[in-house]
Amino acid sequence: MSDESKKEISRRDFFLKISLGLAGVSAVAVAVPVVSALIAPLLEKKNQQWRTVGKMNDFQTGTTNLVTFINADPKPYAGVTAKSSAWLRRTDQNNFIAFAANCTHLGCPVRWEKDAHLFMCPCHGGVYYANGNVAGGPPPKPLTRYEVRLLNGEVQIKTAPIPLTTINASKST
Amino acid sequence: MKKTLKKIWKWVDDRTGITENIVPIIQHPVPPKAKWAYVFGSATLFCFLLQVITGIALSLLYQPSSKDAYQSLLFITNTAKFGNILRGIHYFGASAMIILVGIHMIRVYITASYKYPREMNWISGVVLLLCTIFMGFTGQLLRWDSNGVWSSVVAAEQLGRTPFIGKYLGRLLLGGDTIGGQSLSRFYSYHVFIVPAMIFLFVGFHLYLVIRNGISEPPKAGRLVDPKTYRAWYKNLLKEKGVPFWPNAAWRDVMFSAIIIICIICAAVLFGAPALSGQPDPAVLHTTPKPDWYMVPFFALFALMPHKIESVAMLLGPLLTIVILFSIPFISNKGERSPIKRPWAMFGVICVFVFVISLLVIGLKAPWSPHFNTKQLPLSAIKSKSPDSTIVQGVHLFYAKGCEYCHKINNYGGVDGPNLTTIGRRLNGQELKIRIVNGGKNMPSYGGILSKDELNKIVAFLSSQN
Repeated sequence: MSDESKKEISRRDFFLKISLGLAGVSAVAVAVPVVSALIAPLLEKKNQQWRTVGKMNDFQTGTTNLVTFINADPKPYAGVTAKSSAWLRRTDQNNFIAFAANCTHLGCPVRWEKDAHLFMCPCHGGVYYANGNVAGGPPPKPLTRYEVRLLNGEVQIKTAPIPLTTINASKST
Repeated sequence: MKKTLKKIWKWVDDRTGITENIVPIIQHPVPPKAKWAYVFGSATLFCFLLQVITGIALSLLYQPSSKDAYQSLLFITNTAKFGNILRGIHYFGASAMIILVGIHMIRVYITASYKYPREMNWISGVVLLLCTIFMGFTGQLLRWDSNGVWSSVVAAEQLGRTPFIGKYLGRLLLGGDTIGGQSLSRFYSYHVFIVPAMIFLFVGFHLYLVIRNGISEPPKAGRLVDPKTYRAWYKNLLKEKGVPFWPNAAWRDVMFSAIIIICIICAAVLFGAPALSGQPDPAVLHTTPKPDWYMVPFFALFALMPHKIESVAMLLGPLLTIVILFSIPFISNKGERSPIKRPWAMFGVICVFVFVISLLVIGLKAPWSPHFNTKQLPLSAIKSKSPDSTIVQGVHLFYAKGCEYCHKINNYGGVDGPNLTTIGRRLNGQELKIRIVNGGKNMPSYGGILSKDELNKIVAFLSSQN
């Protein structure tokens, strides 16, 4: 009798374990695509692109102009959000600097004040000189730059992620 | 007829157990004298339900796509019947929910209702508070105007300061390297599915705990909570003096919540929905991102914090606040509950309250922001009665070079820098030149920007302000 009941329990135990195991398998199987969707942005490849933003002659030496370009790999349903912009400064005949429009403090859009020769941030009052160095306010480091190249008389900017100031970067300055 | 209805009810009641199981819950005894101080939790819940209902209604009109969301917002605001009021209710409902959740929490803290045996009530409440704040933030993004776009960039920047994984967190929030088609889909999912599901779950748990542990009796100085005897004492209190929740206590909850909801609707009708800022175009940079009022204290904190500790504080501040909130019931879960006998707790609440309100007030003014909209100082507003051409040009340069964005003269200009209305009395020409050329704490050095001639003209103008 006691033997039989032991057997019964171990049989039930067996099925309990099987059922819990199966439930676990089904949960994991569902989790794979769900978690993939959740962390999709981390799984995508990040191929950056060179984008033409204008002809060399469009930009005068010593001026800083707003240029707009399409991000590396915009989704077809991105609409206007496919765009990014940069402040392009022509320093001399053959040299251009492209500043990211994001303030290095918290990412707000800095604007070029052409007469004052300063970049100013509307959020917390960050100010930068024409070369991108910090002139005042909270920004921890100079404006981030995009890579620029000249190709057949055209100015090209290499797309890049939105510049995030990391804790190390802000410490080092 | 009446008989048939009675029969149907009896059948339903028998098969569902309403009288047997639900009615005792609704009529569970509560301590007497639990009066108007106890209405804030239920009012928060009713606000949440209002948000769910108006949120569902908005989702019938909204396009959760980075490309079209802004157009649908314009449609809801300008074209849809009652659309503007619907948006307004959702906005003021969110505001009310945040205020009420705050009052509810302060009430629970100053009457120490989180003490034994209600520690888990407090902890689930903290989770709900965090969910509410997250809902407020993501809701603002779903407007998907320029404010929404730039607010999400700002949030990604804050996450970016996290050590080691900051970049990945920022990327996860935006749904990619940059703002794009995927960004709004994710915010929509957070705001409409993920966090509301968590709120439902935790509200259920929170209410279950209210039934299990009972609402805390109003505290009395000298009556201490002793975990060994409390439950028995509480049970006895209910047995001797308890009153049924419905209707004896619940009528106050219903009345207060109804008044709050009527106020929300009145505000929505009177003020309408918050105005949309421009297109969600990341290439339009002449925009001034500003969060909704309930996020303004954070916004102000980031402007005022010493810049050196900022990176650390941006991460540690919220983290530490959350850790402290969760640990409150473990720091002290027994003893005195009366606020009169807990002066330090009261002092702490007042400090936090004053801190947050000050940040809100100063954040709404945002004195640190350049006033880009300021008009050039008219000659009638300067001290010099018959200005020569040098001074006139100085006035123009003062505006063109951006000085006026931060310096005020006679009600024209910003307030980040000192008021310069009478600067000529304080500094002579040479001192002014040194200041302007070298700059200062938050002022750019204009040495490399101004020509000698321009500098002289500005100085001539400022010297005449005496």
